Amino acid sequence: MTSKQTKAGKLGEKITGAEALIRGLEMENVDVMFGLPGGCILPAYDPLLKSSIRHILVRHEQGAGHMAEGYAHVTGRPGVAMVTSGPAATNMVTPLCDAFMDSIPMVAITGQVSTSAIGTDAFQECDTVGITRSITKHNELVMSAEDLPMAIRQAFHIATTGRPGPVLIDVPKDVLQNTMSWNWPTDDEVADSLPGYKPNTKGHTRMIKEAAQLILRSERPVLYVGGGVLKARAADALRALAELTQIPVVTTLMARGAFPDDHPLCLGMPGMHGTATAVTAMQKSDLLIALGARFDDRVTGKVNGFAPDAKIIHVDIDPAEQGKVRKPDVPIVGDCRLVIEEMVKAIQELLQGGTAQANVDPWRSRVSGWQEQFPLTYEQSEPGGPLKPQFCLEKLRDAAPEGTILVSGVGQHQMWSSQYWRFNEPYTWVNSGGLGTMGFSVPAAIGAKVGRPDKTVWAIDGDGCFQMTAQELVTASIEKIPVKIGILNNSYLGMVRQWQEMFYDERYSEVYLSPDTPNYVKWAEAMGCVGIRVDDPSEVEAAIDKANSINDRPVVVDFRVDAREIVYPMIAPGTTNDAIMLPPSQSGRKEFLK
Amino acid sequence: MSSANPYGSAPTHHMLSVLVQNRPGVLARVASLFARRGYNIFSLAVAPTEQVEYSRITIVVDVESAPLEQIVKQLFKLIDVVRISELDPRKSVERELMVATVKAGGTERAEIVELVNIFEGRILSVGSDAVIVSLDGSPEKLDDFTELLRQYGITESQRTGRVALPKLDTATKVAKAPNTQGKAK
Repeated sequence: MTSKQTKAGKLGEKITGAEALIRGLEMENVDVMFGLPGGCILPAYDPLLKSSIRHILVRHEQGAGHMAEGYAHVTGRPGVAMVTSGPAATNMVTPLCDAFMDSIPMVAITGQVSTSAIGTDAFQECDTVGITRSITKHNELVMSAEDLPMAIRQAFHIATTGRPGPVLIDVPKDVLQNTMSWNWPTDDEVADSLPGYKPNTKGHTRMIKEAAQLILRSERPVLYVGGGVLKARAADALRALAELTQIPVVTTLMARGAFPDDHPLCLGMPGMHGTATAVTAMQKSDLLIALGARFDDRVTGKVNGFAPDAKIIHVDIDPAEQGKVRKPDVPIVGDCRLVIEEMVKAIQELLQGGTAQANVDPWRSRVSGWQEQFPLTYEQSEPGGPLKPQFCLEKLRDAAPEGTILVSGVGQHQMWSSQYWRFNEPYTWVNSGGLGTMGFSVPAAIGAKVGRPDKTVWAIDGDGCFQMTAQELVTASIEKIPVKIGILNNSYLGMVRQWQEMFYDERYSEVYLSPDTPNYVKWAEAMGCVGIRVDDPSEVEAAIDKANSINDRPVVVDFRVDAREIVYPMIAPGTTNDAIMLPPSQSGRKEFLK
Repeated sequence: MSSANPYGSAPTHHMLSVLVQNRPGVLARVASLFARRGYNIFSLAVAPTEQVEYSRITIVVDVESAPLEQIVKQLFKLIDVVRISELDPRKSVERELMVATVKAGGTERAEIVELVNIFEGRILSVGSDAVIVSLDGSPEKLDDFTELLRQYGITESQRTGRVALPKLDTATKVAKAPNTQGKAK
């Protein structure tokens, strides 16, 4: 700010810490926050009455956290959640950890007991900063009202730069009540206050050149694209790199949509439930170009059998990801967009300088052969047979308006969603990848719809997941957030059932929920939503059309699907990706995967 | 006694000298990171530096527990960590302080006093049948001293953990793999 006036008030003006907190959020261009008031955070809710910030009142603090995540996923802006101390703060633990694992920019504000009461086991006191230390990118207990503006500036700066992540600010009640003199630190002051925080965004020029040479020399390259490409808003740069080099692309669970599924170079998702082509292409590759990906165990399978012949170029903004799982041949620390753009330039320079690219045509045709032999498939029911979850997804996908955002929970339905949807735009897929948080989808969908009210938001949930956070549909109804929820209801904890079927000799232990309790239609209606039940394949299209036509309230569609359905392909835990299990209709063709 | 590793062999431990912002909770952050990632701390010493806004943490890590590079990179991710220097024990000056209560009745007392004098230690407290001795020096010197005192009976002892700085004429190797550049300048 150039003058003595900030847009939220005059510098030096005497205001309360609570007013400073809300002003600070306004200064950071926060337009919406998700939260629930209580004892220690009460002072902050008073200035909120006259603030421009929209507050969404949730029914459980975990919902506020996941909503903030969903909002951040689709907008790229940090999601903000504000709750009170003690149990509210501990309810925020799951979303914080989820955001930490998936590198979601998020700022959580928690109330704390007054500074004089800290450490006395006061009512609703807990060591929030201690509890959340290992699941936040940074956290801070603010002990003076004067320090609030700097704490807020640091929080937003840290959450959104480098590898994004959640930051928590813990604010004691008296700090909110005390008077302070309004101040707003400059960018330089923020930088000076964080001498140990200087994320490196620009990749090392020599390394980028080395990578370019390696790319042109390799005969069986694969672009291994992770969520970092979306965080860096590098989808266009990635497309330019893929098209320039004609290298096939796999997009991990966190990167679905970073490269269009309809593109001829796209091989889909790799990993435990990835396509046979994506998995095998990585296994047979001589060069993996890992872009914002972290060699997660769900992608690599048994690490020492993963892509055994491949050299590795690893681009990641987090230096600690380099060599954490697999030692890279060319490590590049930097922002994916900047590095990929430089890589494209370096490759173009080499090509113009007369360096020829190795012939990747034989590799491409090998890969296309796998694509033809091993499409995603399931066995459709005979008329009168049970409803297949994959069929519901295909119908939903085909009827979805352009640019629909798909959100999912965790389990079988999540894998089918990732497999059967066609993601052609970035930021249209929201899910819990790293932490695998059941109950994520309903609140995350609400947050996504708040962030992108112009888009249709569908959540695909399991019946197990839905029962964990369904109460947030009350929030959605009251706040007029018209999300659509499709429950793939098989009355089971489906993925656990699948593992018990495959790895525990069909000994089903504690996975059966109930075929008729709860009554999802009545439950939806009780929460102010439209409820629709679908039992037969013939009813699917009409139900989806009806759901798509309703835009004044949330809709819940209860798809009663076949419980015996298994997610294929699958790589059993502890095995290498060569041991991929194909769907029964393809298992006779395994020799083609060479 | 030499202050460096007298054996000159490959070190079994690594020392990290970690400069941190002197703020509440910073030690807890470092300690919880080690616990969370399964790294073993052999010893730890913390104190403010000549600049009050910074503290220096000297951590001796067990190289068996995790690759040093990964430990350094994870530490760098803590916002309060400003700089990390890896100190090679062969190229550093290490010091440690110990105090010990040793049984010292009758003639043994004179022997202990002589031992303390040889090691250039001090006697801090004298009781009817025991003495409290102190010694500062290289960790190896302290090891030797402890061994020699053991025959008299050590009833209690406490060591501070080592503090260290790079030897002069030896460039400090700022932990700076190609992938950690940009953080510490």
